Amino acid sequence: MKILVTAKRVEDPESKIKVKPDGSDIVKEGLKYKINPFDEIGVEEGLRLAAKHTGEVVVVSIGGKEVQEQLRHALAMGANRAVWVNHTGPLDQLGIAGLLQKVAEKEKPDIVLLGKQSIDDDQNQVGQYLAEFLGWGQATFASKVESLESAEEKNKTPAVVLSADKKSVQVVREVDNGLATLEVQLPAIVTTDLRLNQPRYASLPGIMKAKSKPIEELTPAGLGVDVAPKIQVLKLASPPARKAGIKVPDVATLVEKLHNEAKVV
Amino acid sequence: MSIVLIVAEQQPDGNLRKASLNAIAAGKQLAEKSGGELHLVLLSKDPSKVAGELTGTGAKAIHTAAAPEFEHYLAEVYAPAIAALAQELKATFIGAASTAQGKDLLPRVAARLKSAMATDITAINGSGADITFTRPMWAGNVFAEVKLNTPVQVISIRATEFPAAATGQGAAEVKTFQPKLEASKTKFVSFNEVKSARPELTEASVVVSGGRGTKGDFKEVEALADLLGAAVGASRAVCDAGWVPNDYQVGQTGKVVAPKLYIAAGISGAIQHLAGMKSSKTIVAINKDPEAPIFQVADYGLVDDLFKVLPALREGIQKLK
Repeated sequence: MKILVTAKRVEDPESKIKVKPDGSDIVKEGLKYKINPFDEIGVEEGLRLAAKHTGEVVVVSIGGKEVQEQLRHALAMGANRAVWVNHTGPLDQLGIAGLLQKVAEKEKPDIVLLGKQSIDDDQNQVGQYLAEFLGWGQATFASKVESLESAEEKNKTPAVVLSADKKSVQVVREVDNGLATLEVQLPAIVTTDLRLNQPRYASLPGIMKAKSKPIEELTPAGLGVDVAPKIQVLKLASPPARKAGIKVPDVATLVEKLHNEAKVV
Repeated sequence: MSIVLIVAEQQPDGNLRKASLNAIAAGKQLAEKSGGELHLVLLSKDPSKVAGELTGTGAKAIHTAAAPEFEHYLAEVYAPAIAALAQELKATFIGAASTAQGKDLLPRVAARLKSAMATDITAINGSGADITFTRPMWAGNVFAEVKLNTPVQVISIRATEFPAAATGQGAAEVKTFQPKLEASKTKFVSFNEVKSARPELTEASVVVSGGRGTKGDFKEVEALADLLGAAVGASRAVCDAGWVPNDYQVGQTGKVVAPKLYIAAGISGAIQHLAGMKSSKTIVAINKDPEAPIFQVADYGLVDDLFKVLPALREGIQKLK
Protein backbone atom coordinates (compact mmCIF):
# COMPACT_ATOMS: atom_id res chain seq x y z
CA MET A 1 0.00 0.00 0.00
CA LYS A 2 1.06 3.59 -0.52
CA ILE A 3 0.71 6.27 2.14
CA LEU A 4 1.13 9.98 1.48
CA VAL A 5 2.03 12.11 4.52
CA THR A 6 2.47 15.87 4.89
CA ALA A 7 5.30 17.75 6.62
CA LYS A 8 4.62 21.45 7.07
CA ARG A 9 7.43 23.68 8.30
CA VAL A 10 6.31 25.69 11.35
CA GLU A 11 7.82 27.75 14.14
CA ASP A 12 9.00 25.62 17.05
CA PRO A 13 6.03 25.36 19.46
CA GLU A 14 8.33 26.30 22.35
CA SER A 15 9.36 29.61 20.78
CA LYS A 16 7.91 32.92 21.85
CA ILE A 17 5.92 34.46 19.00
CA LYS A 18 5.90 38.26 18.85
CA VAL A 19 4.10 40.55 16.41
CA LYS A 20 6.05 43.27 14.54
CA PRO A 21 5.06 46.78 15.71
CA ASP A 22 3.38 47.54 12.36
CA GLY A 23 1.28 44.35 12.55
CA SER A 24 2.48 43.12 9.15
CA ASP A 25 3.99 39.86 10.33
CA ILE A 26 5.55 38.08 13.28
CA VAL A 27 9.16 38.71 14.29
CA LYS A 28 11.10 35.95 12.51
CA GLU A 29 14.59 36.71 13.83
CA GLY A 30 15.92 34.03 16.14
CA LEU A 31 13.01 31.65 15.58
CA LYS A 32 13.63 27.93 15.22
CA TYR A 33 11.65 25.79 12.81
CA LYS A 34 10.34 22.27 13.01
CA ILE A 35 8.01 19.84 11.32
CA ASN A 36 4.44 20.56 12.48
CA PRO A 37 3.96 18.25 15.53
CA PHE A 38 0.65 16.89 14.19
CA ASP A 39 2.33 16.08 10.84
CA GLU A 40 5.12 14.26 12.67
CA ILE A 41 2.42 12.07 14.27
CA GLY A 42 1.08 11.49 10.73
CA VAL A 43 4.52 10.41 9.49
CA GLU A 44 4.83 8.02 12.44
CA GLU A 45 1.39 6.50 11.81
CA GLY A 46 2.22 6.16 8.11
CA LEU A 47 5.45 4.33 8.94
CA ARG A 48 3.62 1.97 11.31
CA LEU A 49 0.94 1.17 8.70
CA ALA A 50 3.53 0.68 5.96
CA ALA A 51 5.57 -1.66 8.16
CA LYS A 52 2.51 -3.75 8.98
CA HIS A 53 1.13 -3.99 5.46
CA THR A 54 4.34 -3.68 3.43
CA GLY A 55 4.06 -0.36 1.75
CA GLU A 56 5.70 2.86 0.83
CA VAL A 57 5.56 6.21 2.65
CA VAL A 58 5.86 9.33 0.51
CA VAL A 59 6.24 12.67 2.30
CA VAL A 60 5.18 15.99 0.77
CA SER A 61 5.88 19.57 1.80
CA ILE A 62 5.07 22.92 0.19
CA GLY A 63 7.34 25.94 0.53
CA GLY A 64 10.71 27.42 -0.34
CA LYS A 65 14.02 25.53 -0.35
CA GLU A 66 14.03 25.50 3.47
CA VAL A 67 11.20 22.93 3.67
CA GLN A 68 13.69 20.31 2.45
CA GLU A 69 14.83 20.28 6.08
CA GLN A 70 11.40 18.97 7.16
CA LEU A 71 11.33 16.49 4.26
CA ARG A 72 14.77 15.18 5.31
CA HIS A 73 13.46 14.84 8.88
CA ALA A 74 10.59 12.62 7.68
CA LEU A 75 12.98 10.66 5.45
CA ALA A 76 15.29 10.17 8.44
CA MET A 77 12.33 8.83 10.44
CA GLY A 78 11.90 6.24 7.68
CA ALA A 79 9.80 7.69 4.83
CA ASN A 80 10.88 6.24 1.46
CA ARG A 81 10.91 9.34 -0.71
CA ALA A 82 9.82 12.96 -0.80
CA VAL A 83 7.88 15.38 -2.98
CA TRP A 84 8.73 19.06 -2.66
CA VAL A 85 6.32 21.62 -4.11
CA ASN A 86 8.57 24.61 -4.58
CA HIS A 87 6.59 27.74 -3.80
CA THR A 88 7.53 30.93 -2.02
CA GLY A 89 5.07 33.64 -1.11
CA PRO A 90 1.69 33.58 0.54
CA LEU A 91 -0.53 30.53 0.42
CA ASP A 92 -3.89 29.77 1.99
CA GLN A 93 -5.66 26.51 2.83
CA LEU A 94 -7.52 26.46 -0.53
CA GLY A 95 -4.19 26.70 -2.35
CA ILE A 96 -2.52 24.06 -0.17
CA ALA A 97 -5.42 21.62 -0.63
CA GLY A 98 -5.41 22.33 -4.40
CA LEU A 99 -1.72 21.46 -4.64
CA LEU A 100 -2.08 18.37 -2.46
CA GLN A 101 -4.99 17.22 -4.64
CA LYS A 102 -2.70 17.22 -7.70
CA VAL A 103 0.06 15.42 -5.82
CA ALA A 104 -2.46 12.81 -4.58
CA GLU A 105 -3.83 12.32 -8.11
CA LYS A 106 -0.27 11.77 -9.36
CA GLU A 107 0.82 9.46 -6.53
CA LYS A 108 -2.48 7.58 -6.11
CA PRO A 109 -1.99 6.74 -2.43
CA ASP A 110 -4.37 4.49 -0.47
CA ILE A 111 -4.32 6.84 2.51
CA VAL A 112 -3.28 10.47 2.95
CA LEU A 113 -2.28 11.26 6.53
CA LEU A 114 -2.18 14.90 7.58
CA GLY A 115 -1.95 16.67 10.92
CA LYS A 116 -5.35 17.90 12.11
CA GLN A 117 -4.00 21.45 12.22
CA SER A 118 -0.74 23.32 11.86
CA ILE A 119 0.33 25.12 14.99
CA ASP A 120 0.98 28.44 13.18
CA ASP A 121 -2.31 29.05 11.34
CA ASP A 122 -4.40 26.87 13.69
CA GLN A 123 -6.95 26.56 10.85
CA ASN A 124 -7.73 22.81 10.96
CA GLN A 125 -9.00 22.77 7.35
CA VAL A 126 -6.65 21.24 4.77
CA GLY A 127 -7.48 17.54 5.30
CA GLN A 128 -11.19 18.22 4.97
CA TYR A 129 -10.78 20.42 1.86
CA LEU A 130 -8.58 17.75 0.30
CA ALA A 131 -11.14 15.00 1.00
CA GLU A 132 -13.87 17.00 -0.72
CA PHE A 133 -11.65 17.99 -3.67
CA LEU A 134 -10.76 14.33 -4.23
CA GLY A 135 -14.26 13.04 -3.47
CA TRP A 136 -12.87 10.73 -0.77
CA GLY A 137 -14.12 9.87 2.71
CA GLN A 138 -12.53 11.58 5.70
CA ALA A 139 -11.74 10.62 9.28
CA THR A 140 -10.44 13.61 11.18
CA PHE A 141 -8.84 13.84 14.66
CA ALA A 142 -7.69 10.19 14.79
CA SER A 143 -6.79 9.33 18.35
CA LYS A 144 -6.12 6.41 20.62
CA VAL A 145 -8.31 5.68 23.62
CA GLU A 146 -5.35 5.69 25.99
CA SER A 147 -2.34 7.79 25.42
CA LEU A 148 0.83 6.48 27.00
CA GLU A 149 3.11 4.59 24.69
CA SER A 150 3.88 2.02 27.36
CA ALA A 151 4.47 -1.68 26.66
CA GLU A 152 0.81 -2.56 27.21
CA GLU A 153 -0.24 0.47 25.20
CA LYS A 154 1.69 -0.77 22.20
CA ASN A 155 -0.21 -4.05 22.38
CA LYS A 156 -3.58 -2.32 22.23
CA THR A 157 -5.58 -1.95 19.05
CA PRO A 158 -4.36 1.16 17.26
CA ALA A 159 -6.77 3.93 16.24
CA VAL A 160 -6.17 3.46 12.52
CA VAL A 161 -6.77 -0.14 11.42
CA LEU A 162 -6.90 -1.50 7.91
CA SER A 163 -9.71 -3.99 7.17
CA ALA A 164 -8.85 -7.61 6.30
CA ASP A 165 -9.68 -7.07 2.62
CA LYS A 166 -7.59 -3.86 2.64
CA LYS A 167 -10.48 -1.94 1.12
CA SER A 168 -11.31 0.23 4.11
CA VAL A 169 -9.87 1.66 7.27
CA GLN A 170 -11.42 1.92 10.73
CA VAL A 171 -10.56 5.08 12.63
CA VAL A 172 -11.20 6.09 16.25
CA ARG A 173 -11.79 9.86 16.40
CA GLU A 174 -11.60 12.30 19.30
CA VAL A 175 -14.85 14.29 19.35
CA ASP A 176 -16.78 16.31 21.96
CA ASN A 177 -17.91 14.14 24.90
CA GLY A 178 -16.19 10.97 23.71
CA LEU A 179 -14.79 8.87 20.90
CA ALA A 180 -16.47 8.10 17.59
CA THR A 181 -15.45 5.22 15.35
CA LEU A 182 -15.85 5.42 11.57
CA GLU A 183 -15.16 3.05 8.73
CA VAL A 184 -13.90 4.75 5.58
CA GLN A 185 -13.42 3.18 2.17
CA LEU A 186 -9.97 3.54 0.66
CA PRO A 187 -8.57 5.75 -0.67
CA ALA A 188 -9.21 7.94 2.36
CA ILE A 189 -8.07 11.04 4.21
CA VAL A 190 -7.07 10.70 7.87
CA THR A 191 -6.02 13.64 10.06
CA THR A 192 -4.14 13.03 13.28
CA ASP A 193 -4.83 14.18 16.81
CA LEU A 194 -2.15 14.50 19.47
CA ARG A 195 -2.73 11.17 21.13
CA LEU A 196 -2.51 8.93 18.08
CA ASN A 197 1.09 7.88 18.74
CA GLN A 198 4.50 8.89 20.02
CA PRO A 199 6.68 9.73 16.98
CA ARG A 200 10.05 7.94 16.86
CA TYR A 201 13.37 9.74 16.95
CA ALA A 202 15.39 9.74 13.76
CA SER A 203 18.40 7.45 14.32
CA LEU A 204 21.89 8.38 13.15
CA PRO A 205 21.85 5.69 10.42
CA GLY A 206 18.39 7.01 9.50
CA ILE A 207 19.75 10.52 9.15
CA MET A 208 22.68 9.28 7.03
CA LYS A 209 20.39 7.22 4.81
CA ALA A 210 17.96 10.14 4.38
CA LYS A 211 20.68 12.10 2.58
CA SER A 212 20.57 9.74 -0.38
CA LYS A 213 16.79 9.36 -0.57
CA PRO A 214 15.21 11.14 -3.54
CA ILE A 215 13.34 14.45 -3.31
CA GLU A 216 11.23 15.19 -6.38
CA GLU A 217 10.68 18.87 -7.14
CA LEU A 218 7.33 20.15 -8.42
CA THR A 219 5.87 23.65 -8.87
CA PRO A 220 2.33 25.06 -8.62
CA ALA A 221 2.54 26.09 -12.30
CA GLY A 222 3.68 22.61 -13.31
CA LEU A 223 0.77 21.11 -11.35
CA GLY A 224 -1.60 23.61 -12.92
CA VAL A 225 -2.83 25.09 -9.66
CA ASP A 226 -3.61 28.76 -9.15
CA VAL A 227 -2.48 29.44 -5.59
CA ALA A 228 -3.38 33.14 -5.37
CA PRO A 229 -4.70 33.38 -1.78
CA LYS A 230 -8.38 34.05 -1.16
CA ILE A 231 -7.80 34.52 2.56
CA GLN A 232 -6.25 37.91 3.06
CA VAL A 233 -4.53 38.56 6.38
CA LEU A 234 -4.89 42.30 6.90
CA LYS A 235 -3.22 42.74 10.24
CA LEU A 236 -1.70 40.85 13.12
CA ALA A 237 -1.95 41.98 16.73
CA SER A 238 -0.85 40.76 20.12
CA PRO A 239 -3.66 39.51 22.33
CA PRO A 240 -4.81 41.94 25.00
CA ALA A 241 -2.33 41.59 27.85
CA ARG A 242 -3.77 40.22 31.05
CA LYS A 243 -2.38 42.07 33.95
CA ALA A 244 -0.81 39.86 36.56
CA GLY A 245 -2.82 39.93 39.74
CA ILE A 246 -1.64 39.51 43.28
CA LYS A 247 -0.18 36.68 45.27
CA VAL A 248 -2.13 35.94 48.41
CA PRO A 249 -0.38 34.64 51.53
CA ASP A 250 -2.91 32.01 52.60
CA VAL A 251 -6.18 30.23 51.88
CA ALA A 252 -8.21 32.50 54.18
CA THR A 253 -7.17 35.58 52.18
CA LEU A 254 -7.90 33.76 48.91
CA VAL A 255 -11.44 32.86 50.04
CA GLU A 256 -12.00 36.43 51.25
CA LYS A 257 -10.83 37.90 47.89
CA LEU A 258 -12.91 35.47 45.84
CA HIS A 259 -15.96 36.26 47.93
CA ASN A 260 -15.74 40.03 48.42
CA GLU A 261 -13.56 41.30 45.57
CA ALA A 262 -14.13 38.99 42.59
CA LYS A 263 -17.56 37.91 43.92
CA VAL A 264 -17.25 34.49 42.34
CA VAL A 265 -17.91 32.26 45.38
CA MET B 1 -28.89 41.57 1.00
CA SER B 2 -26.67 39.07 2.74
CA ILE B 3 -27.94 35.75 4.00
CA VAL B 4 -26.20 34.24 7.02
CA LEU B 5 -26.74 30.49 7.39
CA ILE B 6 -25.79 28.96 10.76
CA VAL B 7 -25.64 25.19 11.19
CA ALA B 8 -27.21 24.04 14.48
CA GLU B 9 -25.65 20.95 16.03
CA GLN B 10 -27.67 18.17 17.59
CA GLN B 11 -25.79 16.07 20.15
CA PRO B 12 -25.85 12.27 20.05
CA ASP B 13 -28.43 12.40 22.90
CA GLY B 14 -30.81 14.40 20.71
CA ASN B 15 -30.39 17.74 22.49
CA LEU B 16 -29.05 20.94 20.96
CA ARG B 17 -25.34 21.51 21.59
CA LYS B 18 -25.24 24.68 23.68
CA ALA B 19 -22.31 26.15 21.72
CA SER B 20 -24.71 26.40 18.77
CA LEU B 21 -26.58 29.13 20.66
CA ASN B 22 -23.38 31.19 20.84
CA ALA B 23 -22.85 30.59 17.12
CA ILE B 24 -26.40 31.74 16.45
CA ALA B 25 -25.75 34.96 18.43
CA ALA B 26 -22.63 35.54 16.33
CA GLY B 27 -24.68 34.86 13.19
CA LYS B 28 -27.21 37.46 14.30
CA GLN B 29 -24.43 39.99 14.82
CA LEU B 30 -23.02 39.16 11.38
CA ALA B 31 -26.46 39.54 9.78
CA GLU B 32 -26.89 42.96 11.41
CA LYS B 33 -23.42 44.18 10.45
CA SER B 34 -23.60 42.93 6.87
CA GLY B 35 -27.20 44.07 6.46
CA GLY B 36 -28.94 40.76 6.06
CA GLU B 37 -31.00 37.94 7.42
CA LEU B 38 -30.18 35.06 9.75
CA HIS B 39 -31.23 31.55 8.76
CA LEU B 40 -30.57 28.29 10.61
CA VAL B 41 -30.22 24.76 9.32
CA LEU B 42 -30.70 21.53 11.23
CA LEU B 43 -30.19 18.03 9.83
CA SER B 44 -31.52 15.23 11.99
CA LYS B 45 -33.34 11.93 12.16
CA ASP B 46 -36.04 13.89 13.98
CA PRO B 47 -35.51 17.66 14.01
CA SER B 48 -38.87 18.67 15.52
CA LYS B 49 -37.87 19.19 19.17
CA VAL B 50 -34.68 21.15 18.59
CA ALA B 51 -36.22 23.13 15.73
CA GLY B 52 -39.00 24.22 18.08
CA GLU B 53 -36.47 25.48 20.63
CA LEU B 54 -34.74 27.50 17.93
CA THR B 55 -37.78 29.47 16.81
CA GLY B 56 -37.16 32.03 19.54
CA THR B 57 -33.52 32.77 18.67
CA GLY B 58 -34.22 35.70 16.38
CA ALA B 59 -33.65 33.81 13.14
CA LYS B 60 -35.86 34.46 10.13
CA ALA B 61 -36.27 30.77 9.29
CA ILE B 62 -35.13 27.35 10.42
CA HIS B 63 -34.52 24.92 7.58
CA THR B 64 -34.85 21.33 8.68
CA ALA B 65 -34.24 18.12 6.81
CA ALA B 66 -35.22 14.77 8.32
CA ALA B 67 -33.68 11.49 7.18
CA PRO B 68 -32.51 8.29 8.90
CA GLU B 69 -29.08 8.99 7.30
CA PHE B 70 -28.75 12.06 9.53
CA GLU B 71 -28.97 10.07 12.78
CA HIS B 72 -25.20 9.86 13.16
CA TYR B 73 -23.27 12.88 11.94
CA LEU B 74 -20.98 12.23 8.96
CA ALA B 75 -19.21 15.05 7.10
CA GLU B 76 -19.70 13.32 3.78
CA VAL B 77 -23.48 13.13 4.26
CA TYR B 78 -24.01 16.51 5.93
CA ALA B 79 -21.74 18.70 3.75
CA PRO B 80 -23.52 18.23 0.38
CA ALA B 81 -26.94 18.85 1.99
CA ILE B 82 -25.79 22.06 3.67
CA ALA B 83 -23.93 23.29 0.59
CA ALA B 84 -27.00 22.68 -1.58
CA LEU B 85 -29.26 24.60 0.84
CA ALA B 86 -26.74 27.45 0.98
CA GLN B 87 -26.79 27.69 -2.81
CA GLU B 88 -30.56 27.63 -2.92
CA LEU B 89 -30.79 30.41 -0.31
CA LYS B 90 -27.92 32.30 -1.99
CA ALA B 91 -26.18 32.40 1.40
CA THR B 92 -23.22 34.77 1.64
CA PHE B 93 -21.99 33.46 4.98
CA ILE B 94 -22.09 29.93 6.38
CA GLY B 95 -21.12 29.33 10.00
CA ALA B 96 -21.26 26.97 12.96
CA ALA B 97 -19.74 26.68 16.42
CA SER B 98 -16.10 25.55 16.51
CA THR B 99 -16.96 22.18 18.01
CA ALA B 100 -15.43 18.91 16.84
CA GLN B 101 -18.37 18.62 14.44
CA GLY B 102 -18.10 22.21 13.22
CA LYS B 103 -14.39 21.83 12.54
CA ASP B 104 -14.90 18.53 10.71
CA LEU B 105 -17.87 19.68 8.65
CA LEU B 106 -17.37 23.31 7.61
CA PRO B 107 -14.13 22.97 5.59
CA ARG B 108 -15.83 20.24 3.58
CA VAL B 109 -18.82 22.54 2.92
CA ALA B 110 -16.40 25.36 2.03
CA ALA B 111 -14.45 23.11 -0.35
CA ARG B 112 -17.65 22.12 -2.11
CA LEU B 113 -18.46 25.79 -2.67
CA LYS B 114 -14.81 26.71 -3.47
CA SER B 115 -14.99 29.12 -0.56
CA ALA B 116 -12.42 30.45 1.87
CA MET B 117 -12.89 29.77 5.57
CA ALA B 118 -11.80 31.34 8.85
CA THR B 119 -11.59 29.00 11.84
CA ASP B 120 -12.45 29.91 15.43
CA ILE B 121 -13.40 33.55 14.86
CA THR B 122 -13.52 35.68 18.00
CA ALA B 123 -14.92 38.92 16.53
CA ILE B 124 -16.79 40.29 13.52
CA ASN B 125 -15.61 43.69 12.24
CA GLY B 126 -16.74 46.20 9.64
CA SER B 127 -20.10 46.56 7.96
CA GLY B 128 -21.92 46.04 4.68
CA ALA B 129 -19.68 44.36 2.12
CA ASP B 130 -16.55 45.12 4.17
CA ILE B 131 -16.80 42.43 6.81
CA THR B 132 -13.59 41.10 8.35
CA PHE B 133 -13.04 38.52 11.07
CA THR B 134 -10.64 38.30 13.98
CA ARG B 135 -9.16 34.89 14.72
CA PRO B 136 -6.35 33.48 16.86
CA MET B 137 -3.12 32.08 15.41
CA TRP B 138 0.02 30.57 16.99
CA ALA B 139 -1.85 29.16 19.99
CA GLY B 140 -3.56 32.44 20.72
CA ASN B 141 -0.30 34.40 20.84
CA VAL B 142 -1.40 36.39 17.81
CA PHE B 143 -4.80 37.65 16.68
CA ALA B 144 -5.23 38.16 12.95
CA GLU B 145 -7.77 40.27 11.12
CA VAL B 146 -8.72 38.38 7.96
CA LYS B 147 -10.84 39.05 4.91
CA LEU B 148 -12.30 36.17 2.93
CA ASN B 149 -12.29 37.02 -0.77
CA THR B 150 -14.74 34.45 -2.13
CA PRO B 151 -18.44 34.97 -2.97
CA VAL B 152 -19.41 32.66 -0.08
CA GLN B 153 -17.52 33.01 3.21
CA VAL B 154 -17.35 30.23 5.78
CA ILE B 155 -16.60 30.71 9.48
CA SER B 156 -16.41 28.57 12.57
CA ILE B 157 -17.22 30.50 15.73
CA ARG B 158 -15.43 30.37 19.07
CA ALA B 159 -18.40 29.98 21.40
CA THR B 160 -16.76 31.56 24.45
CA GLU B 161 -16.45 34.93 22.67
CA PHE B 162 -20.18 35.39 21.98
CA PRO B 163 -23.19 35.35 24.36
CA ALA B 164 -25.74 32.57 23.97
CA ALA B 165 -28.88 33.39 21.96
CA ALA B 166 -32.18 33.04 23.82
CA THR B 167 -34.28 29.97 23.11
CA GLY B 168 -37.97 29.20 23.41
CA GLN B 169 -40.97 29.53 21.16
CA GLY B 170 -40.68 32.43 18.76
CA ALA B 171 -41.49 33.92 15.41
CA ALA B 172 -39.12 31.97 13.16
CA GLU B 173 -40.69 29.88 10.47
CA VAL B 174 -39.74 26.19 10.36
CA LYS B 175 -39.28 25.09 6.75
CA THR B 176 -38.50 21.58 5.62
CA PHE B 177 -36.27 20.68 2.70
CA GLN B 178 -35.22 17.39 1.15
CA PRO B 179 -31.60 17.24 0.14
CA LYS B 180 -30.47 14.71 -2.41
CA LEU B 181 -28.50 12.07 -0.53
CA GLU B 182 -25.31 10.75 -2.09
CA ALA B 183 -23.76 7.35 -1.45
CA SER B 184 -21.25 7.79 1.36
CA LYS B 185 -17.79 6.22 1.46
CA THR B 186 -17.87 6.60 5.24
CA LYS B 187 -19.86 4.52 7.70
CA PHE B 188 -20.65 5.28 11.33
CA VAL B 189 -19.49 2.41 13.55
CA SER B 190 -19.91 3.50 17.16
CA PHE B 191 -19.80 6.33 19.68
CA ASN B 192 -18.38 5.92 23.17
CA GLU B 193 -19.55 8.69 25.40
CA VAL B 194 -17.55 9.93 28.37
CA LYS B 195 -20.39 10.26 30.87
CA SER B 196 -20.23 12.81 33.63
CA ALA B 197 -22.60 14.25 36.20
CA ARG B 198 -20.66 17.52 36.04
CA PRO B 199 -21.40 20.35 33.59
CA GLU B 200 -19.80 20.29 30.14
CA LEU B 201 -16.34 21.86 30.22
CA THR B 202 -16.96 24.52 27.57
CA GLU B 203 -20.30 25.50 29.10
CA ALA B 204 -19.43 25.56 32.82
CA SER B 205 -19.31 28.88 34.67
CA VAL B 206 -16.61 27.51 37.00
CA VAL B 207 -13.75 25.21 35.98
CA VAL B 208 -11.31 23.53 38.34
CA SER B 209 -8.28 22.17 36.48
CA GLY B 210 -5.47 19.94 37.58
CA GLY B 211 -1.97 19.59 36.16
CA ARG B 212 1.15 17.56 36.71
CA GLY B 213 1.23 18.82 40.31
CA THR B 214 -1.65 16.48 41.13
CA LYS B 215 0.63 13.52 40.39
CA GLY B 216 -2.44 11.84 38.93
CA ASP B 217 -4.56 12.18 42.09
CA PHE B 218 -7.59 14.21 41.01
CA LYS B 219 -9.67 13.54 44.17
CA GLU B 220 -9.16 17.02 45.65
CA VAL B 221 -9.69 18.73 42.27
CA GLU B 222 -12.93 16.82 41.81
CA ALA B 223 -14.13 17.47 45.37
CA LEU B 224 -13.68 21.23 44.95
CA ALA B 225 -15.35 21.10 41.51
CA ASP B 226 -18.36 19.29 42.97
CA LEU B 227 -18.71 21.83 45.78
CA LEU B 228 -18.70 24.67 43.22
CA GLY B 229 -20.85 22.88 40.64
CA ALA B 230 -17.86 23.17 38.36
CA ALA B 231 -16.46 21.21 35.44
CA VAL B 232 -13.10 19.46 35.76
CA GLY B 233 -10.32 20.39 33.35
CA ALA B 234 -6.74 19.28 32.91
CA SER B 235 -3.47 20.22 31.28
CA ARG B 236 -2.19 18.33 28.26
CA ALA B 237 0.50 16.61 30.33
CA VAL B 238 -1.99 14.83 32.57
CA CYS B 239 -4.19 13.77 29.63
CA ASP B 240 -1.10 12.47 27.81
CA ALA B 241 -0.16 10.53 30.92
CA GLY B 242 -3.58 8.86 30.85
CA TRP B 243 -4.50 10.17 34.31
CA VAL B 244 -7.78 11.67 33.12
CA PRO B 245 -9.80 11.33 29.89
CA ASN B 246 -8.52 13.32 26.88
CA ASP B 247 -11.85 15.08 26.87
CA TYR B 248 -10.72 17.10 29.92
CA GLN B 249 -7.89 18.84 28.11
CA VAL B 250 -7.91 22.65 28.12
CA GLY B 251 -5.59 24.31 25.60
CA GLN B 252 -4.70 25.02 21.98
CA THR B 253 -5.20 21.38 21.03
CA GLY B 254 -7.95 20.70 23.57
CA LYS B 255 -10.90 22.82 24.57
CA VAL B 256 -11.11 26.59 24.88
CA VAL B 257 -12.94 27.73 27.99
CA ALA B 258 -13.80 31.17 29.37
CA PRO B 259 -15.66 30.61 32.64
CA LYS B 260 -16.40 33.15 35.36
CA LEU B 261 -13.84 31.42 37.58
CA TYR B 262 -10.91 29.22 36.52
CA ILE B 263 -8.92 27.50 39.24
CA ALA B 264 -5.61 26.01 38.04
CA ALA B 265 -4.11 23.59 40.56
CA GLY B 266 -0.62 22.27 39.94
CA ILE B 267 -0.55 23.64 36.37
CA SER B 268 2.64 25.45 35.32
CA GLY B 269 0.90 27.37 32.53
CA ALA B 270 2.58 26.39 29.26
CA ILE B 271 1.72 28.53 26.20
CA GLN B 272 -0.52 25.78 24.84
CA HIS B 273 -2.55 25.60 28.08
CA LEU B 274 -2.88 29.39 28.44
CA ALA B 275 -4.31 29.50 24.89
CA GLY B 276 -7.31 27.58 26.20
CA MET B 277 -8.18 29.55 29.34
CA LYS B 278 -6.68 33.05 29.13
CA SER B 279 -10.10 34.65 28.51
CA SER B 280 -11.52 33.41 31.83
CA LYS B 281 -12.91 36.23 33.95
CA THR B 282 -11.11 35.42 37.19
CA ILE B 283 -8.10 33.10 37.27
CA VAL B 284 -6.77 31.50 40.45
CA ALA B 285 -3.43 29.69 40.40
CA ILE B 286 -2.25 27.30 43.07
CA ASN B 287 1.31 26.11 42.51
CA LYS B 288 4.35 25.23 44.60
CA ASP B 289 6.68 26.93 42.11
CA PRO B 290 6.59 30.73 42.52
CA GLU B 291 8.17 31.11 39.05
CA ALA B 292 5.42 29.14 37.23
CA PRO B 293 4.20 31.15 34.20
CA ILE B 294 0.58 30.61 35.29
CA PHE B 295 1.12 33.35 37.93
CA GLN B 296 1.60 35.90 35.12
CA VAL B 297 -2.06 35.58 34.13
CA ALA B 298 -3.61 34.73 37.50
CA ASP B 299 -5.67 37.34 39.34
CA TYR B 300 -5.02 35.52 42.60
CA GLY B 301 -2.00 33.31 43.08
CA LEU B 302 -1.14 31.13 46.05
CA VAL B 303 2.32 29.56 46.26
CA ASP B 304 1.75 26.34 48.17
CA ASP B 305 1.05 22.63 47.92
CA LEU B 306 -2.30 21.98 46.26
CA PHE B 307 -2.96 18.99 48.53
CA LYS B 308 -2.90 21.42 51.47
CA VAL B 309 -4.67 24.31 49.72
CA LEU B 310 -7.59 22.54 48.02
CA PRO B 311 -9.15 20.95 51.16
CA ALA B 312 -8.74 24.24 53.07
CA LEU B 313 -10.27 26.15 50.17
CA ARG B 314 -13.21 23.76 50.15
CA GLU B 315 -13.70 24.25 53.88
CA GLY B 316 -13.47 28.03 53.56
CA ILE B 317 -16.02 28.19 50.74
CA GLN B 318 -18.32 25.76 52.56
CA LYS B 319 -18.43 28.17 55.52
CA LEU B 320 -19.71 30.97 53.26
CA LYS B 321 -22.70 28.93 52.17
